[in-house]
Amino acid sequence: MTETTLGLFTIFVLSVFVGFEVISKVSSVLHTPLMSGANAIHGVILIGSIVILGTGHGAVQGVLGFVAVVLATVNAVGGFVVTDRMLEMFKGRARK
Amino acid sequence: MSRVQAIELVYLFCAVCFIVALKGLSSPRSARLGNIIGAVGMTVAVGATFATPGLHRIGLIVVALVIGTAVGVPAARAVKMTAVPQMVAAFNGVGGGAAALVSLAEFDRGHASFGTAAAVLFSTLVGAVSFTGSAITFAKLQELMTGRPIVLPRQREINAALAVTALALVVWGLSDRSVTAAVLLALVAGVLGVLFVLPVGGADVPVVISLLNSFTGLAVAATGAALRTTLLIVAGTLVGASGTLLTRMMSQAMGRPLSSTLFGALTATASAAAAGPDDGADRSVRTGTVDDVAVLLAYAHRVVVVPGYGLAVAQAQHTIRELADLLESRGVEVVYGIHPVAGRMPGHMNVLLAEANVPYEQLREMDDVNPQFPLTDVVLVVGANDVVNPAARDSPGSPIYGMPILNVDEAKAVVFLKRSMRPGFAGIDNALLYDPKTTMLFGDAKDTLTSLVSAVKTA
Repeated sequence: MTETTLGLFTIFVLSVFVGFEVISKVSSVLHTPLMSGANAIHGVILIGSIVILGTGHGAVQGVLGFVAVVLATVNAVGGFVVTDRMLEMFKGRARK
Repeated sequence: MSRVQAIELVYLFCAVCFIVALKGLSSPRSARLGNIIGAVGMTVAVGATFATPGLHRIGLIVVALVIGTAVGVPAARAVKMTAVPQMVAAFNGVGGGAAALVSLAEFDRGHASFGTAAAVLFSTLVGAVSFTGSAITFAKLQELMTGRPIVLPRQREINAALAVTALALVVWGLSDRSVTAAVLLALVAGVLGVLFVLPVGGADVPVVISLLNSFTGLAVAATGAALRTTLLIVAGTLVGASGTLLTRMMSQAMGRPLSSTLFGALTATASAAAAGPDDGADRSVRTGTVDDVAVLLAYAHRVVVVPGYGLAVAQAQHTIRELADLLESRGVEVVYGIHPVAGRMPGHMNVLLAEANVPYEQLREMDDVNPQFPLTDVVLVVGANDVVNPAARDSPGSPIYGMPILNVDEAKAVVFLKRSMRPGFAGIDNALLYDPKTTMLFGDAKDTLTSLVSAVKTA
């Protein structure tokens, strides 16, 4: 195992624990918005898609990269917008 | 500091944004801000990626970004609130598809080490499952197909055969670094994704969406490992881990273990799988937590409290008033719906609540409060049962048929504070307790109300 691989693996394991810790207690009314927000966050595959499209060579990588950027953008942008719309209902209702 | 290092630092900032975003989304107060912080992190990450050394095809990248935004934003804006779950499923599916495509493209570059090949194949497999699985959840929720569980004949054997095929393709891909193997793996995984979701019934689909969401997270993390991009690993793993936990919580909130949600239709006998929604399996009771109910109450517009004999037994009249005052101070409209025979004598409830100095304007007679239930967000039934039993209205065979009741089943949500599932004074089962919009809070009314008061304060 190379040093880089070991470093990446360390980051992976620590992230698992952060992921568990960060949402240990969530009210059921927030389940759907939380799922949607997390959904938007994995839209970060967008940066991987950009790198593939921008540094790849040839038609195959170009097409794959292009489609990936489009899909990942839909995931990220749409995800944040739809989450925000869901959360609008929490705004102002408490303080009328 | 080199440019690559600078980008890494910016990515670290973005990773922190994502962690803070998830944390924020876990509480109603900070949820919206959390989402915005996540969006900021995403924007910064994309901006930093443009600084990647040797990046070309910039024009194409911008065009793809514009197309994606032009599709995603209007879709997210136009969707009706009731159709949100399938929208999330669609966004999740395209994310999983993107992860699989990025992995395939990375594999196509060649020179993959064993670790990279493993990451690529994992991401392809899981990403493809998420893509087609989400497509089926979308179709089910959008009613493009039946929401009922679909089990193919000999599905377990088919699943096993596909899984073995996938495993063989993984071994082939690992040993030969064969792109063909990876492409075939994506196809097989796609079929597996379809077969995985088909047996899940409509009501359980949101749980599956959450599970597929965490799958996509893991696929993204694996892609990050293949590309050696830390941010992808952190963000993907965060979503994978928190999504798994969230899936369990959602499943528990529905009162069933996750395994029966996912594989219930496969393992159950054929007759049970084919039975309609009225069979016994669906008469599950949803038990809530005090925190769930506190948030439900604190963010409602209008709450009706229906007191009954249980309130008197527990001597909880002062505590219910404290809860009502607290909700009023948060801007929630609270009234009491008084059934004429609630308690053990007419006027029992009025006396009890008067003792706790509940303002008279908040007490409503049955005929005044009944038309308002459809406009009510939450009904809090404290120790009452028969006076809200819809059987009195709907079941001519029931011993209490014809008794006027409070139509609490017309409200958007009903919370029962009860000591147990035992039927009320009249000894008749209450179907409302099993209604999907009903939440049960078991225990002594006074203890539960006291916990609710403190939970509402922090909600």
